[in-house]
Amino acid sequence: METIKKKRTGPVIFSEYKRGDAITKALSMTREDILFELKDSKLKGRGGAGFPTSTKWMLTAAAKSNEKFLVCNADEGEPGTFKDRVLLMEYPELVFDGMVVGGYTIGAQKGIVYLRGEYEYLLKPLEDYLEVMRKDNLLGKNILGKKDFSFEIEVFLGSGAYVCGEETALIESLEGHRGEPRNRPPYPINTGYLGRPTSVNNVETLAAVSHIVMKGGSWFAKFGTDKSSGSKLFSVSGDCEKPGVYELPWGIKISELLEIVGAKNTKAVQIGGASGHCVPKSQFNRTMAYEDVATGGSVMVFNESRDMLHVLKNFMEFFVDESCGQCTPCRMGNVKLLEGVEMIEKGEYTFAHINKLKDLGRTMQLASKCGLGQSSPNPFISILDNFKDEIFNAANGGRNGK
Amino acid sequence: MENKKTLRAPVSQKPLVIEKPENPEYIGGSVSIEINEKKFTVPLGTTILEACRQNQIHIPTLCHHEDLCVAGVCRICVVEVEGMRTLQASCAFPITAPLKIRTTSNAVRRARKHVLDLLLSEHYGECYSCFRNNNCELQSLAKEYGVDHYNFGHIQTPRYEVDNSSYSVVRDMDKCVLCKRCVRTCIDLQEVGVLEAIDRGHNTHIGTFWDKPLAEVICINCGQCINRCPTGALRANDPRDEIWSAIDDPKKHVVIQTAPSPRAAICEEFGMEPGTSLTGEMNTALRRIGFDVVFDTNFTADLTIFEEGTELIARLYNALVKKEQVALPQFTSCSPGWVKYLEHFYPEYVDNLSTAKSPQQMFGALIKTFYAKKKGIDPKDIISVAVMPCSAKKFECNRPEMVDSGFKDVDYGLTTRELAQMIKEAGIYLPEMPKSHFMPKSHFDDPFGEASGAGLIFGATGGVMEAALRTVIEFITGKKVENIFANADITPVRGFEGIRYAELPITEVGPVPKLIAHLVPDWNWLKGATLKIAVVHGTANAKKVMDDIKAGGKFSECHFIEFMACPGGCIGGGGQPIPTTPEIRKLRAKAIYDEDSSLPVRKSHENRHVVEIYDEFLTDGPCGHLSHKLLHTHYVKRGKYIA
Ligand SMILES: Cc1cc2nc3c(=O)[nH]c(=O)nc-3n(C[C@H](O)[C@H](O)[C@H](O)COP(=O)(O)O)c2cc1C
Ligand code: SF4
Ligand code: SF4
Ligand code: SF4
Ligand code: SF4
Ligand code: FES
Repeated sequence: METIKKKRTGPVIFSEYKRGDAITKALSMTREDILFELKDSKLKGRGGAGFPTSTKWMLTAAAKSNEKFLVCNADEGEPGTFKDRVLLMEYPELVFDGMVVGGYTIGAQKGIVYLRGEYEYLLKPLEDYLEVMRKDNLLGKNILGKKDFSFEIEVFLGSGAYVCGEETALIESLEGHRGEPRNRPPYPINTGYLGRPTSVNNVETLAAVSHIVMKGGSWFAKFGTDKSSGSKLFSVSGDCEKPGVYELPWGIKISELLEIVGAKNTKAVQIGGASGHCVPKSQFNRTMAYEDVATGGSVMVFNESRDMLHVLKNFMEFFVDESCGQCTPCRMGNVKLLEGVEMIEKGEYTFAHINKLKDLGRTMQLASKCGLGQSSPNPFISILDNFKDEIFNAANGGRNGK
Repeated sequence: MENKKTLRAPVSQKPLVIEKPENPEYIGGSVSIEINEKKFTVPLGTTILEACRQNQIHIPTLCHHEDLCVAGVCRICVVEVEGMRTLQASCAFPITAPLKIRTTSNAVRRARKHVLDLLLSEHYGECYSCFRNNNCELQSLAKEYGVDHYNFGHIQTPRYEVDNSSYSVVRDMDKCVLCKRCVRTCIDLQEVGVLEAIDRGHNTHIGTFWDKPLAEVICINCGQCINRCPTGALRANDPRDEIWSAIDDPKKHVVIQTAPSPRAAICEEFGMEPGTSLTGEMNTALRRIGFDVVFDTNFTADLTIFEEGTELIARLYNALVKKEQVALPQFTSCSPGWVKYLEHFYPEYVDNLSTAKSPQQMFGALIKTFYAKKKGIDPKDIISVAVMPCSAKKFECNRPEMVDSGFKDVDYGLTTRELAQMIKEAGIYLPEMPKSHFMPKSHFDDPFGEASGAGLIFGATGGVMEAALRTVIEFITGKKVENIFANADITPVRGFEGIRYAELPITEVGPVPKLIAHLVPDWNWLKGATLKIAVVHGTANAKKVMDDIKAGGKFSECHFIEFMACPGGCIGGGGQPIPTTPEIRKLRAKAIYDEDSSLPVRKSHENRHVVEIYDEFLTDGPCGHLSHKLLHTHYVKRGKYIA
């Protein structure tokens, strides 16, 4: 791990940071002070849902229980995201220090990293890293001599399903059950892992916390926009010259991002992974921000040579397989949407039926049990709306219906 | 992650239920809500579904069941909650703050219709060839929402093979709607856990360990899953065709014995309110259908009391007086689901099971020996059928050891539901049947005739214990049980509490009755002792008690424990009419207890036919040589790991 050269630079996440600093500083602060800094930073969760981290930690801190947990969500299953892997591989100090700070703030005794099953090769280096932290008393009993604060971190190898990234399914999986999302309320902040208050945070969120503790909430809030503070790691893939992980401030225009990554002849950008939104060229002046095009960081670039129906089919196949199969709208709805795509492919569709399917998509958004089913119709609806001409017009290479 | 071991998969949503306040009147104990613009106040933690039902607002459900913990998976029950982006499953949403709820908005109606359309699109099955026709929750929902065509197509070919392997439960996953009620039943109510969702996404299906046939896993055949399935995906293994052929065959002498619980529940299959006993009507119908003779399983229930009670006395005497190593507490053995549960999960305790066969199997052995001889019928021409509230009885009669008469002791176990079907096929509307004669003649045929009320209450949880106590108390004290318990109702062992415990001090003893004089010389060794007993129903509760016994807790000091696999005992058995709910179980139990109190003979040892059989046939008395051969059995240490 030490051999990996750090050559990344960025304004916030990839800025200077020394191992253990945030822990030292946090332990000299009160829990309230840390929560205030977080509140000032206006940090929102980087896992996709964008829930304010200070609120989540405040509620978990306030929950009554003598046992609490902090879970680092490193399941990173969203197609097209790989920024958490970069953080864990190259900046483990940011993530683990953030976890210790979080544990101190919410009053947890134990942190668990839910590591994506495919990242098994990271397990050993991460455990070695934790061992070093233990030696340096950055983990374990009475961390850095602080009385009454003991915190351990364990890495749990995930069970290999996209849905296990959903926080309640993740908790079920941690408990050794099938990865199926739970009903909410109650929320994990009250009834989480083993029924105890649990805060689930994305890798990047925790990394941001380490910087915020060191440099202050208002420093962090200077970056980005009013509603989307700080910067964001974008995992860029697809038709561009320089795919990879980029740290860019929130509020950046899609066109600006495309230029940075060397994308040419771009037709569309899928933002936010398979369940995100497909933005056509005409909207490239929109910005990446919670208030405009929100994202957990996945940016997939498609150039003019790509068949958008094919892209859509790919996404829908993903959801048909990755739905946990628990609730009706998602388990079967995605199948129907995929069937719709196949009908269009063969030219054997009617607009009446496609509209029926869009309607079904709206029900899936409303009635599914978890975020997967609630967002899986997004590409179906946005791609068919935004690329009508290409998909349905035979003159443009599309297919005519019956 | 230490606590993980104590949790069993799937905990489903069990820990996620909000505790309701003890007294909703206290400040903060109730919440004001608005449903469809009307105001209501409900106790904190009430689900939206409960709140609606309490106020006569109908919400359709599919995965919800009163006996089970919340799942929130079918999504048919969704409602709109103001301020929330998505629709909420009303069955899974505990009210903890003021809410505004809409139950019939456009989005809600559309979502429900969509859920139905989706379920129907993959539902392979035809109602007219389905045993749940007219009693199917999916079918009723389709009617309720006026489904008149398939919006998203309809599956043309089956996806799964029917699993016919089990003697008790048939699984047809093409009719499954993945509500997971069976999964929750099997793990939460029964603590068996052979069913679980397998695979993901569109391939999700309910299966067993490695998708093995049900007969090859540790299913205890209780059939509770059948009773909670909303559709025809689960059904019992139905022997009606074979029984009809036997009836039609003039060479066969077809005998039927009827257990206590079916008569208290069969009315439900004919559209009557739960809780009416149709004993007389049922017996008339059975004779009209063509059964040659009708016997009352309660008769062998009375016999069980002699055999099992004597066995208990012998165990106690050997332990306390002879100081021998004896397995105590003695466990009842009349529930075949419980027996198999113990064989799988606590095989080291099989010696604690009473060796007495269940009443069904005792009867089977007697019919093909005693009865055949008495009537001069060749036992190979006898077809012996048992009407049972139970699907495990089908397995039990096929156990290889149940052949002590030299033949299969009982040929077919028939559930209450299947009997109702036969009655309907015979063109009979049961409630209209004249009652069979009763007094001075019996409802039931000679030579076994009428049984006692003690045999009848075997059907409800606590019944075996009460029946045993009515006899044991009189045997030991020589006094009338009525002197201790008014009207001979031993109320401490009644009720529906999952685990009940009682202590009965023996303050005085009488002479030893002649019938068991070969076992004990006197009762003096019992004087001053305290009889400790327990009653347990539902194998999830059995697990708690067994774990306590293993740990040397309070229940390890019991002398006698009644275990029933099914919640509520046999009246809630897996072969009973569907639906079965806590409320319905209560009504069925009441029917049984009411009938018991109306009977002239209410104690097993006062059943003169039983006394006669010991005079005439089992002449070496209870637990004697012949009774050991015919009426007792042995068990198999199965364990959990099956090859
Ligand atoms: C289907 C699905 C998959 C998800 N996958 C991930 C994931 O891989 N990583 C992640 O951090 N969050 C994921 N989430 C979001 C989590 O549920 C949760 O909101 C997040 O971990 C909270 O952390 P944050 O507040 O730091 O964003 C997923 C959500 C859904 C619905
Ligand atoms: S929405 Fe999909 S992934 Fe989520 S609970 Fe329902 S079936 Fe499972
Ligand atoms: S399960 Fe219900 S809907 Fe399906 S075929 Fe049977 S009766 Fe009809
Ligand atoms: S019969 Fe009983 S043990 Fe067998 S699967 Fe059904 S509920 Fe489980
Ligand atoms: S078998 Fe029946 S109870 Fe089990 S999930 Fe399917 S429909 Fe529900
Ligand atoms: S009844 Fe509520 S989700 Fe199924």
